Amino acid sequence: MIRLEHVSKTYKSSARPALDNVDVEVDKGEFVFLIGPSGSGKSTFLRLLLREEIPSKGRVYVANFDVARMARRRVPRLRQSIGCVFQDFRLLANKTVAENVAFALEVIGKPRPTIKKVVPEVLELVGLDGKANRMPNELSGGEQQRVAIARAFVNRPLMLLADEPTGNLDPDTSQDIMLLLERINRTGTTVLMATHDHSIVDSMRRRVVELSLGRVIRDDARGVYGVGR
Amino acid sequence: MRASFVISEVITGLRRNVTMTVAMILTTAISLGLLGGGLLVVRMIDKMSVIYNDKVEVTVYLTKDVSAENDTLVNGKAGPGCSTQECTALRTQLENDPAVESVVFESRAQAYKRFQEIFAAQPELLKLARQESLPASFQVKTKDPNRSDVIKQTYSGKPGVDTVGDQADFLKRFFGLLNGIRNATFAIALIQAVAALLLISNTIQVSAFTRRTEVGIMRLVGATRWYTQLPFLLEAVVAGVVGAILGTLGLFGAKAWFLDKVLAGPISAGIMPPIDSLDVILVSPWLLLSAIVISAFTGYVTLRLYVRH
Repeated sequence: MIRLEHVSKTYKSSARPALDNVDVEVDKGEFVFLIGPSGSGKSTFLRLLLREEIPSKGRVYVANFDVARMARRRVPRLRQSIGCVFQDFRLLANKTVAENVAFALEVIGKPRPTIKKVVPEVLELVGLDGKANRMPNELSGGEQQRVAIARAFVNRPLMLLADEPTGNLDPDTSQDIMLLLERINRTGTTVLMATHDHSIVDSMRRRVVELSLGRVIRDDARGVYGVGR
Repeated sequence: MRASFVISEVITGLRRNVTMTVAMILTTAISLGLLGGGLLVVRMIDKMSVIYNDKVEVTVYLTKDVSAENDTLVNGKAGPGCSTQECTALRTQLENDPAVESVVFESRAQAYKRFQEIFAAQPELLKLARQESLPASFQVKTKDPNRSDVIKQTYSGKPGVDTVGDQADFLKRFFGLLNGIRNATFAIALIQAVAALLLISNTIQVSAFTRRTEVGIMRLVGATRWYTQLPFLLEAVVAGVVGAILGTLGLFGAKAWFLDKVLAGPISAGIMPPIDSLDVILVSPWLLLSAIVISAFTGYVTLRLYVRH
């Protein structure tokens, strides 16, 4: 599903590479934590998968796309097969919950009847049925993140990238969000989650890829956050 | 592509940034109005050339004694007309000249008669003029009105010729004035167009900035370039089209309330051709086209340069 081969990424503004000869392979349906301190290369890793950045060296494969070499006009296709969730939710404040979710389908040209059908379905999946007409500012942080997850998942992507999705949430709410991500993972969607949250990583016991200064220093099939320190 | 989505985005965008939109529309309207004004002057020059080129003649004035010898009316009796050797030689030469279309001899008496007709309304002028003070002449019509100076050069200084008057000289100066007006309008239109261009570019940048969250999400969920950028492009084009419509209305207004009144005299005298509403209507598609091309082009370039996809 995801394959990075000898990937390095150097930004113009920095002498040290953000990623340094990284090899990682993630199979379809896996749940992977990407951990490491700030500046270790987690964000660059995710940006490469979305083709927000192009690697300086090496190859990046996502689904059937040769991400680094694909034509620009095909990038939307790649992104349609990836769902994204962020720490800051990134909801549109002037749209309702349902409109926020529908927006993701409208802008890729899905027909209206399809949108009318799938939006309530996904809202039910994330546990927000009954809140379709609320505005984002009327919701709690956890609920807002559920909207963001609904939006990321509504087009049934092959994989979900989550960048610190629990970073702004309290531990209980974080736990609920993790349950939701697990449920999405069980539908066969690959989940790749960058996080700092020790307790979540330790309690889930999923695969852990740890980055440090741009290198993969650990890749455990059923890891915890703090091993070896 | 869902039209309803794009349209609602465009309307929201224009409303969110009303002052800028108004400035953009007004500048575009003024620029296009001036462009249209310039184009109307061009049309007027074309029409006037047609009117005048029919009429333009070179007049070969004869010397005083040749005029007297070849008069058609001497002391109340019929004169000989163009009969002396100098006069007939000139006539033959003119008639055989390949550049000449037609030649008409006008004697002093005939010139005096025409003079009386022209200045019938000014008796005091008529009292001053006498038949003897007017020269006889050949009214020469050239095949190519633009080459009348050749005739002037050829016949100036020939025996029996006093001076050669070329109406084209005056017309050239007159058309020069009109061309100057046209160029000035185009120059101001161009400066205004630059202002409009910068405003359009700035409006799009502001628009893209205020909507960066939306655009960011659109990019992430895999919206195509068209979906993310068409609303901005259309925003510029809509403003451009509104500007073109206002510019055209401005031209109609200027025609009805200003030009038609100021130029009423020369127009009714046939000196200047009237500017029809049809002329304005014919100019307006060009304004609309310029508006669309300029705004779309500016929009596209701005999005390319300043707005990441």
